[in-house]
Amino acid sequence: MRARAYWPVTIAAALLVGLLAYGLTTTGTDTTLDSAMARGERVDPPTRESLPRLGGAGDGSLADYAGKVVLINVWASWCEPCRDELPLVQKAHEMLSARGGTVVGIDVKENSGAALRAVQEFGLTFPNLRDRDGSYVREWGQTGYPESYVIDRAGKVAAVRRFPVTQKWLDETLPPLLDESA
Amino acid sequence: MRALALLALALALTAAAPAASLTDIEDEVMCLECGTPLNVSNSDVADQEREFIAELIARGKTKQQVKDALVAEYGPSVLAEPEDDGFKLAAWVVPVLAAVAALAAVGFTARRWRRARPAAAAHAGDAGIDPDDERRLDAELAAFDR
Repeated sequence: MRARAYWPVTIAAALLVGLLAYGLTTTGTDTTLDSAMARGERVDPPTRESLPRLGGAGDGSLADYAGKVVLINVWASWCEPCRDELPLVQKAHEMLSARGGTVVGIDVKENSGAALRAVQEFGLTFPNLRDRDGSYVREWGQTGYPESYVIDRAGKVAAVRRFPVTQKWLDETLPPLLDESA
Repeated sequence: MRALALLALALALTAAAPAASLTDIEDEVMCLECGTPLNVSNSDVADQEREFIAELIARGKTKQQVKDALVAEYGPSVLAEPEDDGFKLAAWVVPVLAAVAALAAVGFTARRWRRARPAAAAHAGDAGIDPDDERRLDAELAAFDR
């Protein structure tokens, strides 16, 4: 009798532990990209999902920039380090666009009005996509703001920067990729 | 005539809609970056969300219109209620399952008690007293009556 009373409790406890384990494994930060970069490997982007264009109609995705070197920059105007970084990112876009590349901004967790005001304030000429709730950058293992990812001409992730870019890092990372053929 | 009646009803409903206020909305909206309700969040992203809400209120939007605009700009996770897909579905399902399990446990326990009580009573009746004790008890009761 006593054993019969215990088995539903055991099953319920096992289910709760399973649920907790599932939650922990599905909501943690994905470090796949970082591991690949540490091994010096180039890998496919974690997602090719399309996102709404900031200040424009329809959606855009990495597929729109096939064959180009793409510097994906994760930013938001409420993020002070992002604001400090944006002039440098704009400068990188001017260099890239002259050599078959582009910056693609991913504006995260902000309303389009605030984002567009920042675009105007910083004179940004690169295209921007809107990641309304941060789910897109989460796929890239995002840990903070700003972050940048570089896609080579073959569409592979070639570099990841988990904090603001510097001119030195841009100079070391982008030109070799621009020299590669698709 | 019917169109006029509908228009009058629509106007009446619009007039009846309560005016939105930041304090009323704040606790039903999440700070997207902090993962806490807006009314207890002090981050830069929370400030920007509050500014957005205040702008909409200043433009005369109702609470529901403000919430709709928030969802349009930030996605459904901006509202302080769990999403109904993926792992977050557990937030809806687990309390229901827990309530069902609790009810089942109460029912199961009540049934066991109900069964155990008559059995215990019957057992007490059957147990009988040792004949010697019974004789001694009768004698003592008789002595007490005298």
